[in-house]
Amino acid sequence: MSEANTQAVEKYRNNFLKEVEERVEEGEWVKMCMQCGVCSGSCPFGPHWAHPPQEIFMMIRAGKRDEVLTSDSMWMCTSCYNCIVRCPRKLPITHIMHGLANYAHRLGLAPKGQPTREFGKMFWNNLVATGRVNELKLSLSLYFKDGFSQGIKNAMAMKDVGLGMLKAKRLNPFELFSPHGCKDRKGIHAMLKKAREIEDRRKHLTS
Amino acid sequence: MAKKEYAFYPGCSSQTKASSSNYLVSVNSMCKTLDIKLTQIPDWNCCGASIGYAEGGELPRHVLNARNFALAEQHLSGQDVVATCAACWLGARETKERLGASAQLLADTNEALKEAGLSYKGEAEIRHMVEVLIEDLGYEELAKPVVKPLAGLKIAGYVGCQTNRPFGIAGESFENPKYLDKLIETVGAEAVPYDQKVTCCGGALAFSEPEKSQKQIRDIVESAYDHGADMIVTPCPLCQANVEIYQGEVNKRFGTKFNIPVAYYSQLLTVAYGGSAKDAALDGQVIRPTKLEELASKK
Amino acid sequence: MADQKIAAYICQGCGLGERLDTVDLAKVAQKEGKAHVVREHEFLCNVDGVKTIQNDIDSEGVTHIMIAACSRRAKAEAFYFPAVAMSRANLREGVIWCQPDTDEARETTQEMAADYVRMGCAEVKKMIQPQGNPGAVRNNRILVVGGGMSGMTAALQAAKAGYGVVLVEKAGQLGGWAGKIYKRIPSRSPYQDPQDTGVEEMVKAIETDSRIKVYLNAVVAKTGGAPGRFQVEVGQESGAAGTEEVGAIVQATGFSLYDANNLPELGYGKSANVVDQAGLEKLAKEGNGAIRRPSDGGEVKTVVFVQCAGQRDASGKHLAYCSGSCCNTSIKQAMYFKDANPDVNTVVIFDDLRTPGNGEDFYRSAQNKGVTFTKGKVSAVEATGNTCKVTFHDLILNDQNATIVDADLVVLATGQVPNSGVDIDAKLKAEVAAANGDTSLLEAIEAQEASGQKPISVLNLDYRQGPDMPQLKYGFNDSHFICFPYETRRTGIYAAGPVRRPMDMVQAAEDATGAAMKAIQALENAAVGRAAHPRSGDLSYPSFRIEGCTQCKRCTVECPFGAIDEDEKRYPQFNEPRCRRCGTCMGACPVRVISFENYSVDTVGSQIKAVDVPDEFSEKPRILLLACENDAYPALDMAAMNREIYSAFVRIIPVRCLGSVNTIWITDALNSGYDGVMMMGCKHGDDYQCHFVKGSELASYRMSKVDDTLKGMGLEVERVRTFEAAITDIERLPKLINEYAAVIREIGMSPFKGF
Repeated sequence: MSEANTQAVEKYRNNFLKEVEERVEEGEWVKMCMQCGVCSGSCPFGPHWAHPPQEIFMMIRAGKRDEVLTSDSMWMCTSCYNCIVRCPRKLPITHIMHGLANYAHRLGLAPKGQPTREFGKMFWNNLVATGRVNELKLSLSLYFKDGFSQGIKNAMAMKDVGLGMLKAKRLNPFELFSPHGCKDRKGIHAMLKKAREIEDRRKHLTS
Repeated sequence: MAKKEYAFYPGCSSQTKASSSNYLVSVNSMCKTLDIKLTQIPDWNCCGASIGYAEGGELPRHVLNARNFALAEQHLSGQDVVATCAACWLGARETKERLGASAQLLADTNEALKEAGLSYKGEAEIRHMVEVLIEDLGYEELAKPVVKPLAGLKIAGYVGCQTNRPFGIAGESFENPKYLDKLIETVGAEAVPYDQKVTCCGGALAFSEPEKSQKQIRDIVESAYDHGADMIVTPCPLCQANVEIYQGEVNKRFGTKFNIPVAYYSQLLTVAYGGSAKDAALDGQVIRPTKLEELASKK
Repeated sequence: MADQKIAAYICQGCGLGERLDTVDLAKVAQKEGKAHVVREHEFLCNVDGVKTIQNDIDSEGVTHIMIAACSRRAKAEAFYFPAVAMSRANLREGVIWCQPDTDEARETTQEMAADYVRMGCAEVKKMIQPQGNPGAVRNNRILVVGGGMSGMTAALQAAKAGYGVVLVEKAGQLGGWAGKIYKRIPSRSPYQDPQDTGVEEMVKAIETDSRIKVYLNAVVAKTGGAPGRFQVEVGQESGAAGTEEVGAIVQATGFSLYDANNLPELGYGKSANVVDQAGLEKLAKEGNGAIRRPSDGGEVKTVVFVQCAGQRDASGKHLAYCSGSCCNTSIKQAMYFKDANPDVNTVVIFDDLRTPGNGEDFYRSAQNKGVTFTKGKVSAVEATGNTCKVTFHDLILNDQNATIVDADLVVLATGQVPNSGVDIDAKLKAEVAAANGDTSLLEAIEAQEASGQKPISVLNLDYRQGPDMPQLKYGFNDSHFICFPYETRRTGIYAAGPVRRPMDMVQAAEDATGAAMKAIQALENAAVGRAAHPRSGDLSYPSFRIEGCTQCKRCTVECPFGAIDEDEKRYPQFNEPRCRRCGTCMGACPVRVISFENYSVDTVGSQIKAVDVPDEFSEKPRILLLACENDAYPALDMAAMNREIYSAFVRIIPVRCLGSVNTIWITDALNSGYDGVMMMGCKHGDDYQCHFVKGSELASYRMSKVDDTLKGMGLEVERVRTFEAAITDIERLPKLINEYAAVIREIGMSPFKGF
């Protein structure tokens, strides 16, 4: 539980829908769901969602805040956008799921160690470092996220993949030492810091 | 035809020795033949990709993309921004659309951009390379430079998600887009019909949820095999990577014996236009596209 | 018929000349058909051909013509000779288009054509060209029963078209349900907000229209007569208010809400804060939109709308059907609250949200306004103090005991029950149910009779078949809902609005406009003695030979349209304007005394007998096919257009309805040596497609008794078969014929040949 969460609970009391509408990306669309379930049926990871999107929308309306924000369902989104193009009500479902996951992550309610959450975090930190993604560092941090010895095991398990990429000149071991990147890293860092600041201000989020 | 010029946004995975460097090489060869001039946006940055949502949130993602637009507007004024990566294109278009729809978001974005000494005016158009080929040149024009028709090659055109949804290529359906098949036919190969053309490969979850994603990859590859394809062709770097490099993992998990090459449309065009295996960067495939290599080496 | 002069015309166009020996056919017409004039023509429907025929009529004194060319359904405009009786031998669709063009088939194809020529000649000889009802009268007024949205619309529309209207309303003012509500579901773009009802303007328009006469606090005490000459007694509490003569009637008596007192589990009657949709409208209207909690006048913070309360009920206790309008009504009522104060929590608990018409936009608008829609089924509403606890099964989250604890107001969407009057078939239905072991209906009727309470009639029709229009399902007045939704089973009387099927106001207004148009059509038809749908324009009507009648009443009972009354001696009394010319009475008559001038036991019987039946050694069986002219016959024509081939042994006679088939035709055919008889009529049952509603059903009932006759004759039961056919059965019908021909081949030739 974070301070941001306590503040949110205080602010919205039991009006979770309003909280979502104000703070979650595209959250104002949630009320427009008509419960047809096409999204759930269209999702490639459908069976892996404890609560498919249609259910998440219903839970939001029913005020089930904790169940929604601690769920790992939204983290199942592969960003395939099937739900968006098929939704008869044109809800931007993918974005709402991203938004909910991000919000839960910001409040510290998202499931700890959820692999996609962890990967997403690494990805962002990786890209922010130089302005561009460093694929080798990203893979290594993924393998080593659970500690050094587990990392060696993970890396060994995937060594065939890595060797193949190396042979095909699609993985560069030197990236580790002299990575690609933007020249104006300072500007990018300042710009992203500002963006975060503005977003938090707009959503009344303090962290 | 007059030379066409674009502000080029290659994206992280297309950099030299990155996971889709072969895409970049073949795009360059293809564009040379088609007299398309691509100028990289100076100091471009990552688009944030879809997975950026987790930590990045909303505005920071838009600001990342807007920085690229601002740079393009500043240095390559009047040129459309062209991305080759599906995720880059999608991320960028999303930003373009949202900022276009919300004055507030646009103002916020510019407030942040100011920190990097930039501003975005909303002028640059965002295109995918495929759009450039189809809309600015057209299939007829694309067929003209073909000197080596890829006759006898049976190809499963794997469109995947992000060049197809939610924006897609104008005039195409989400459930059965035809542009890739048409491109395949334009270079004289046969587009095999199969039922996983727009199935998700698992995207970024191929890294974080391999067990769940690999079923997707299996379904796609299996269907291509079942319908007699010699190879798979795609416009998306992540699709290419997931479907190609994980075949070994899929084989281990499901006891299959898949070994089907997965190439980019740009590699096909390069070979059909008479380019060598090197021009098409066929050495960049983890699974060797032998039939295509043979055709490329044929005089 | 000494002055009969018959002319037969054999057309050679459309390939008839190449495929058939028309010289031989002309000989058949002359020798066997006994035609006085016989002409072959290379293209009969062209100007010259038509002129030839017209010339024979005008100068040669021809009174009866037989045209052997295409189907009677083709070229009806060219072959239009109203001054003479006419029959059509179908040589094109009925012969050359359904037979293979091969040398082997030539002989049987020619035989087929020759038979149709014989049949055409035999038929026309028995026909008289109908002259119409000399007693036809015109009355340009329409009675509208019911002054709600439907009735007011019908009245205004009829008046606008220049017809007089008598409007009878039971209540003290016009408006009906529409007059009792605060606002209506939007009828105009953008369909986002509740809209004024417009009732006041309509009432004003009616009051100022000199063509419309209004009776308030009034009912229809008696309706006698027929289209064009209905006599209506209007009654008021004080007694008879007046007698009105009208040409047609629109019944727009609307609906009542299903009684929420039947739903104690939903808290109705236990708390003042549980209301039905009418109750909520009353609160809104009284407060001019500001709604307070009924129990104590407190502020309303949470409202729950319970959809399908006592509707779509599978237990048999409540309404089985969806009323189609309550979802939109609840959406509208939720907006009463949201529009006044967006902070009011409004929850609609639905199973399936059904928003017909432009309701989808309205639904979206409600979602935009923050109305919460929850998919679930409410199991209980309990009142505690000034609030209610609503327990429901959340169908999305699968929570059996989801609750809303502090509802200030609960609105039950109970649905529409039609005000359709007396169920004239109640006793019959009860008896059928009792015969099947369920005596509950019969007991209910007996209990009601014992209590001395009589069900209240709307029209009080002075018809032999009962005082109101027949009902089909759930008490709604029967209309031909599959094919011709405005048609009822009482000619010249049209049901409009929710009395016909559940509907909302937009639909009711549209329905009422249609009913007004039908009423106008009916009185115009009556004025010239012309039939209404589906034999529109037919001038023939049934008459009977009184000397043969045994007063058995079968015709009066079985007429699907209640067209036949009985006089004091129990002889049938035909009301031509009520008659739809189906011939069901003719089919019913055991002594065969009922006939039309151009359609009778004889016109068909003589065709059956005219067919040349080869002897039993010829291996050429003959199958009679009596085909309904509305569906089966056109389907066969279309099959022929597609060149579907069927057996050359079949001889097809179109009939007005299978209901008109008299069993004498069957026995005659079998006695004449036919090997089999097929009948094709429309689907019957609750989802009937029979154009005459009951005709095919009666036929199938009558034919179910034919087996005994066959056994009595020592014949196999397969020799007579009845089939249901739809107009879309283009491929199926030829197949049925061929299958049946195979059955006949299997059981062998009839032993009755040559007698």
